[in-house]
Amino acid sequence: MQIIKDGKIINDDTRHLADDEPPTGGRFTVSFARWQTERENLRQAEGTVGVRLKGGDELASIALDLPRLEPVVVEFPTLADGRAFSLARLLRERFGYAGEIRAHGDFIRDQVYFLARVGVNAFEPVEGTDLEKLLPALKDFSVNYQAAADNVELVYQKRGK
Amino acid sequence: MYQYDQYDQTLVNERVAQFRDQTRRFLAGELSEDQFRPLRLMNGLYIQTHAPMLRVAIPYGLLSSRQLRMLAHIARTYDKGYGHFTTRQNIQYNWPRLEEVPEILADLASVEMHAIQTSGNCIRNTTSDHLAGVCVDELEDPRPWCEIIRQWSTLHPEFAFLPRKFKIAVSGAAKDRAATQVHDIGLHLVKNEQGETGFEVLVGGGLGRTPIIGQTIRPFLEKKHLLSYLEAILRIYNLFGRRDNKYKARIKILLKETGVEQFTQLVEEEWSQIRNGLELDEREIERVKSFFTSPDYDPNAAADKSFQATLSGNPAFSAWVRVNTVENKSPGYRAAFVSLKAQGIAPGDMTDAQMDIVADLADRFSFGELRVTHTQNLLLADVKQADLYELWQRLDEANLATANIGKATDIICCPGLDFCSLANSSSIPVALEIATRLEDVDYLYDLGDIRINISGCMNGCGHHTVGHIGILGVDKKGEEWFQLTLGGSSSNDASLGERLGPSVPKAEVASVVDGILKTYVELREGQESFLDTVRRTGIAPFQEKVYANH
Repeated sequence: MQIIKDGKIINDDTRHLADDEPPTGGRFTVSFARWQTERENLRQAEGTVGVRLKGGDELASIALDLPRLEPVVVEFPTLADGRAFSLARLLRERFGYAGEIRAHGDFIRDQVYFLARVGVNAFEPVEGTDLEKLLPALKDFSVNYQAAADNVELVYQKRGK
Repeated sequence: MYQYDQYDQTLVNERVAQFRDQTRRFLAGELSEDQFRPLRLMNGLYIQTHAPMLRVAIPYGLLSSRQLRMLAHIARTYDKGYGHFTTRQNIQYNWPRLEEVPEILADLASVEMHAIQTSGNCIRNTTSDHLAGVCVDELEDPRPWCEIIRQWSTLHPEFAFLPRKFKIAVSGAAKDRAATQVHDIGLHLVKNEQGETGFEVLVGGGLGRTPIIGQTIRPFLEKKHLLSYLEAILRIYNLFGRRDNKYKARIKILLKETGVEQFTQLVEEEWSQIRNGLELDEREIERVKSFFTSPDYDPNAAADKSFQATLSGNPAFSAWVRVNTVENKSPGYRAAFVSLKAQGIAPGDMTDAQMDIVADLADRFSFGELRVTHTQNLLLADVKQADLYELWQRLDEANLATANIGKATDIICCPGLDFCSLANSSSIPVALEIATRLEDVDYLYDLGDIRINISGCMNGCGHHTVGHIGILGVDKKGEEWFQLTLGGSSSNDASLGERLGPSVPKAEVASVVDGILKTYVELREGQESFLDTVRRTGIAPFQEKVYANH
């Protein structure tokens, strides 16, 4: 499978495990709920474990685990569920998470620019999406008014020069 | 007024390019209707009864003559020769073709305008007092703060997919002319005990299905923290606002279900974590403020004697001055309303020719600027008293001088079933019939200030809940009926109207309103206004009168 990561299309074999699927080794993710209940076992498992978050999940309860979790996936059950944007920004700005934050699910091209600004650096859209067409969305805008997780130079800072 | 620099212009141009591509992909079948919907909505494009409807942002209601001419050009070129001004100081076009919308947006961008976030579940156009900067009761001009909020909210990456739409209004005067108590966030410029100016922050007001008056969650906020505080409120809303039911998704429901204390605590905790990183830049505040200085007033304007002479010689002009103009803080100047409530015209509608005429009048008489009011009229804010007579004549020729501002025929009305796919009744014909019955101006003026607001459905775009007389269209087995309320207000004494009784059929609405007004005339004591009378007597005497004959 391919995804976009750090502005490039790359091969990726991360597996998103259902709650009853045993760890497979390699790179895999589990749901937030499963991480809460099976944390100790999953830590012992072979491979790299990441976690999948959706709106409503309490970030503070995994704050101490974050340095050892990768990727952290923010889920889009529907493209209108904008909680992922706040979750990503909190991960970067409040919890200092430096690893991969991956948007996964029913998001579309036109959300990619915003997602990148709030700290998402990997994009795994629904199957069948043409990644080549998604890539230019990272450059939809060249000016930004408001601070976010991307630490770009803002319009007021450019004006102040 | 504010003028774009290269960065503002670049952003709007890039947005046009983005929407052009989105429209192309939709028309080519690469985007489904479900995928295209939130994208077109965030550019103000609805699919309506007859055609797409495009809503163009007029930030805090401020327009230059050049911009109004462009709105006229758009009405002429892409629409049927008119536009509709709304209660949120925007303009709507009811007949554009989808394929042409990217061209319209490009035309708008050429005069520093856009349709960004005029619909959709995002932060909408920030609204304000139409008398900002010229009124005598103002603590501080709210417009620079509106512009700062406009820039912050434009394409905010975190808050583009909120549970529901989000509206902010700012007022800097003693009298609230911006309906701030019925907005998701209302900001009042206030002074604290140390004499510093800052913001009182209200949250959770709103109209629609569940009308609620906003509550103060912070009595005083230092100006430099404005954006961090807004950001804290929006983040709490984005994370915790309900997404399971769109009728319970506004922030007012979150506030109600959480309780104001708990909600305030959530916001304050969030704010404490972000406030230091998001302080407003002092130089940027000063830069924005520099666009809102007073125009070059004539210091001798008050010395003019012609004004008094024309007043005493012409009762029609004199009535227009009394009803359609208000004091300007600069001596010898007045602010003059352009009434969009002439007999037989849908409230808020304006033709392309009228727009061109008013643009010229703004150039000649009001420093090339004008404002849109939330009551769906326009305003020339800085007119020399010596020029009022000629202005009145020119407006009168264009059917824009109906002397009814604030009176019973200055009706707020949504587009209704005639245009809107949400509505279940046609509000415009009801407004027109009520106005027809009030043709006798002596009677109209004797009634004093009365706000009649009409919505074609419970979404409440016509602000019926805060009308002194509110009229709401309801569907009764496929027929249009109307529910009346009395005693609402969106000003400082904000209140929600009380239901008069069972709804009445469309054909009877105008006569019921007639009966309510006659009852008021019988009940009032001295100069008592309609609203004060209703508040003193309650609605019972009105109910008796209205339902006695039914």
